[in-house]
Amino acid sequence: MISAGAVDQVFVTLKDWIVFHTPAPLQTLVSIVIEVATIIVVFAALFALTTVFERKGLGRMQNRYGPNRVGPFGVFQPIADAVKSLTKEDVVPRAADHVVHYLAPLVLVGVVFLTYAVLPVGRNMTAVNLDAGVLYFFAVGAATELAVFMAGWSSHNKYSLLGAMRAIAQMISYEIPLILSSVPVIMMAGTLSMVGIVEQQARTSGGLAHWNVFTPWGLAGFILFMIAATAETNRSPFDLPEGESEIIAGYFIEYSGFKFALFFLAEYLEMFAVSGLGITLFLGGWSAPFSFLGWIPSWIWFFGKLLTLIFGFIWVRGTVPRLRMDQLMNFAWKFMLPMTLIVIFSAGLWRFLSAAVVGPMPLGGVIRWLVCALVILAPYITLARGLERGRRIEKRVYRYAE
Amino acid sequence: MLGEGIIQGLVETARNFFGSYVEKDRLTTVQYPEQRLTLPEASRNFPFLLYDGTDPEAGLRCVACQICEKECPPRCIHIEKSKDKKPDFVGKQQAYPAVFDIDVAVCMSCQICVEVCPFDAIRMDKVYELSTSDRFGGLLWTKEQLSKPNEYYQKIHPLEAAETDERREKELAEAQAKAAAAAAKAAQAANPAPGDASGNGASAAAKPTTAVHE
Amino acid sequence: MGMTFSFLILAIMTLAGGVAAMTMRRLVHCALALVVSFAGLAALYLNLGAEFAGLAQLLVYVGAIAILIVFAILLTRGGEGEPEGSFSPSPAGIAGAVAALAVFAVLTWAVETSSVARAGAAVAAPQTTMREIGFALMQRYVLPLEVIALMLTAALIGAVILALREKRNEPADGTAQKQGLRA
Repeated sequence: MISAGAVDQVFVTLKDWIVFHTPAPLQTLVSIVIEVATIIVVFAALFALTTVFERKGLGRMQNRYGPNRVGPFGVFQPIADAVKSLTKEDVVPRAADHVVHYLAPLVLVGVVFLTYAVLPVGRNMTAVNLDAGVLYFFAVGAATELAVFMAGWSSHNKYSLLGAMRAIAQMISYEIPLILSSVPVIMMAGTLSMVGIVEQQARTSGGLAHWNVFTPWGLAGFILFMIAATAETNRSPFDLPEGESEIIAGYFIEYSGFKFALFFLAEYLEMFAVSGLGITLFLGGWSAPFSFLGWIPSWIWFFGKLLTLIFGFIWVRGTVPRLRMDQLMNFAWKFMLPMTLIVIFSAGLWRFLSAAVVGPMPLGGVIRWLVCALVILAPYITLARGLERGRRIEKRVYRYAE
Repeated sequence: MLGEGIIQGLVETARNFFGSYVEKDRLTTVQYPEQRLTLPEASRNFPFLLYDGTDPEAGLRCVACQICEKECPPRCIHIEKSKDKKPDFVGKQQAYPAVFDIDVAVCMSCQICVEVCPFDAIRMDKVYELSTSDRFGGLLWTKEQLSKPNEYYQKIHPLEAAETDERREKELAEAQAKAAAAAAKAAQAANPAPGDASGNGASAAAKPTTAVHE
Repeated sequence: MGMTFSFLILAIMTLAGGVAAMTMRRLVHCALALVVSFAGLAALYLNLGAEFAGLAQLLVYVGAIAILIVFAILLTRGGEGEPEGSFSPSPAGIAGAVAALAVFAVLTWAVETSSVARAGAAVAAPQTTMREIGFALMQRYVLPLEVIALMLTAALIGAVILALREKRNEPADGTAQKQGLRA
């Protein structure tokens, strides 16, 4: 009988075994190569899987079948897509800035892959356990904006430049709520290390894990984080930088063939990475929610949560139409930013409403929960009312068309 | 309340998502190569040539009058008239097309050739799976490819075909009656009855014969 | 040896970025070269074990300053400006060169006379963890931190007020039309 622990650590053991059997001077190199190759292969495969799932899911949401021609139930569709994009002609506009045009997709994919270095995908399964993991993630992620700008500017096309400007404006605006909504977690965990944050959430009491999402500030923070993450990865309903119907694909309009596929890949990888960060910060990373489910391997938990979040992204994409630019900015600065600040305040309150203040555990815990939830809910309702008042629908007046 | 509408929308899409697996009625997609919709009677594209009977050579209705070739707006029809003649459906000697080509790549399915044909020889087809790897030869249809029996026409456009067949039957009957009358007249002329006034009522068909005889 | 080799690569990258930023003809290329220089500097910090400084450099300079520069170029020049790339000595250029040399001289003097340099390589690099930086910011240097925060907030409010005033000056007709469209 194989123990649950062995299954949990099977990949770690395998890597250690391979490294152990290589000559001593090469061991560091082999270890790094294995980690990098695994990240690239696994997440690229996940990308392939997600493209077909997304198309099928969106199809079902619109009462269609989705792709079902290549292979059983269309599962080989990504292979057909890959062959198509690889064999397509790579058209570069004559007026384009060739070097920058060539570099942009490579920089984007490279930078996005760098963010995976600190993601804990399972117990003892982090490529680099940085002391400042969360900071690293945001610092490296900030470089994607530059790659998007490179793509948009070098194409020498007004639509791509518009798309790039939109993308940068949007990414900068939503990076603030993204970082601010992860601040309460860092505040409560007292560490910037991703592994440390997960290990704190993996603790259980009374059979329930200490996931941040189970607390009022964690729940609100998670929702705000996922909204900001959707905007940060340019996914619908925040896909203004691409906006097929208005600026016909935005910053990658002048890319074709494999370079276009690279942009596509980078976009999905960004989504996985930021979902992985959300899982790490709020959903307890690789840990099980209840202690009796602890026998399931940690990496299954992580990828299960990741797939769930991806389904959430697809679901939202199938539901909500694209925002307008002013709505986007209003939402970021007038709603997201104040709400994240309030969530930070609520987290601080949670910290100081310990058992000594609110009383013993069962009742005291409930009181603490309710008080912190109220601190978030009341401003939310006020803010929501204020925003609704701003966009009251009036009777349309036609000045010239009567 | 902010966010309420989004939740309503999410519920709706979730209903669609799960509903499409349960209720088959929701999925309106026709899985094309396996399932096909029957085309409506009036649907039409690309002309074809009709022939009567079983032999496409002998029964071909086209008499190579070349009206369609001249009328065709994109000029996709090419006809070469034959030197010899063959009898048509009423037995009259007519020319026939030695070559009849339609370039489908050029044809725009305007149906003008059908409108102008006085012999009911060309009609619109209902074919649509026409892709070919040969861009030029594969899309140039010859007489052999274009010839299709009248039964096929009756199958694809039953109402039109019935109307055409009725008219042609009438024509045939008239022609037969005329031929029979001419034959009777000829027989009368061959052994004329004495003292008959039939010379005045001689038919136009009989006249040349008598003229030759005179 | 490995340390010096990686240092060499990063130093060359940083310097090449800097030189390219000064000599390239297109302004956007200069900005991108500057980004390479920033990134090289961040990598140098990381290479030296200064994790926080390196990542902050990356976040602030590559993520924010570079974007700011790019935006400034795009908004002021329309992205199309093609200045002639003559590097003939002008009074401003000479003044710049003198200033650069002076800064370099002062820095060299400071490094040469610092306590670290006098002690030689024997001194072990201080191990500064993120946790220590956090404690220092929140305890010993909390007053400067709060003052900076206040200043930034004031700047933010100032920016908002500047933006608001512009809107008030719009012609009444234009706003009415806009509202009609929004409704």
